[in-house]
Amino acid sequence: MSEKEVKNMEAIFDQKIANDEKIEPKDWMPEKYRKTHIRQISQHAHSEIVGMLPEGNWITRAPSLRRKVALLAKVQDEAGHGLYLYSACETLGISREELYNQLHSGKAKYSSIFNYPTITWADIGAIGWLVDGAAIINQVPLCSTSFGPYARAMVRVCKEESFHQRQGYEIMLTLCNGTPEQKEMAQDALNRWWWPSLMMFGPTDDESTHTEQSMKWKLKRKTNDELRQQFIDQTVPQAEILGITIPDKDLKWNEERGHYDFGKIDWDEFWQVVKGHGPCNKDRLETRVNAWEEGEWVRDAAMVYAEKQADRKVRKVS
Amino acid sequence: MSDNKENKKKPATHSSKGTTGKKNWPLWEIFVRSKNGLEHRHFGSLHAADADMALENARDVYTRRNEGVSIWVVESKNITASNPEHNGEMFEPASDKVYRHPTFYDLPDDVKHM
Ligand SMILES: [Fe+2]
Ligand SMILES: [Fe+2]
Repeated sequence: MSEKEVKNMEAIFDQKIANDEKIEPKDWMPEKYRKTHIRQISQHAHSEIVGMLPEGNWITRAPSLRRKVALLAKVQDEAGHGLYLYSACETLGISREELYNQLHSGKAKYSSIFNYPTITWADIGAIGWLVDGAAIINQVPLCSTSFGPYARAMVRVCKEESFHQRQGYEIMLTLCNGTPEQKEMAQDALNRWWWPSLMMFGPTDDESTHTEQSMKWKLKRKTNDELRQQFIDQTVPQAEILGITIPDKDLKWNEERGHYDFGKIDWDEFWQVVKGHGPCNKDRLETRVNAWEEGEWVRDAAMVYAEKQADRKVRKVS
Repeated sequence: MSDNKENKKKPATHSSKGTTGKKNWPLWEIFVRSKNGLEHRHFGSLHAADADMALENARDVYTRRNEGVSIWVVESKNITASNPEHNGEMFEPASDKVYRHPTFYDLPDDVKHM
């Protein structure tokens, strides 16, 4: 295709998206669209998969059977989210193997929030409440994103997320209505997860590089700062019901703006974790790579078994 | 700082370092009938060693909340798809055949039930 023809195709393509038409995997698309989507969808998938690790850490020590089945189901959902997203990503012409390689080699990123440790049971409550809560705010607008398979995966994901947040909040509520030590645990978890949760919305708008392009392709419908504000506004009253304090002395209702004002986010910490220097980056990746490598003999055995069965079927027929 | 791992037994692990790396599990397309009376609908895809495993994985991935009463799995390589670049010659012939629609036919208003 000549450069002029490509420009023409791009104009038609952009118009399609502007008209709210969906792009499907076999449709023509600009290379940049394909690459950006592979990057974003795979990062999203990796986040779901790595996100199982901090919570999985507490499954065997959940304080009751009720909590245990709920956490198990939640973590299983996250595995499912990863799979929906990997399969959406594969429709863009990249193999699962390549996607895993990118994660395992450290080339691909995943959400930094999962590089923080789960130190007490209250962390499981805080993650469901805050981390899944922030994820929902990030994900709901993606249900109407322009790439069909991504949008469809997100519809399914969003349907499942609300249980995650509710089970987390219920854990917090139980702790806050418990002994002073239990309430202290809940407060401590909020103290540690609050700021990293705010960072989940990404850099501030004036620092964010992809926003304009992402808006055009409907990978974003609101800016990072707008989403962050929405999260804060809806979470403050929830903390009040729990009776614990958000660790931000500058947090204050602003009558004029109709929003909460909040303190400065430590972006140095954010970039440190993104660059691999968070408390658990190494541990998370190691655990993930080990799980993959130690499962290899199982995958190989299943493949050999499948081939044998297929052979047997052929022989029976002939 | 790291995760609290107190009271956790270390699970037995089998290292597979040094294995040759066999074939990857193929890709399967998953179709689910959400209730009787409705058609099977494409839900997504997944990897599995064979059809039986694809069915089991599909149950776990796509029907964890009673989303289905029947599942079909088809290995992706067996699907032949039309090419959207040929959508013109493929689908446009239908667009000038207005006589295939009931509104094409002029009938007086007093003809009822038609
Ligand atoms: Fe998820
Ligand atoms: Fe979740």
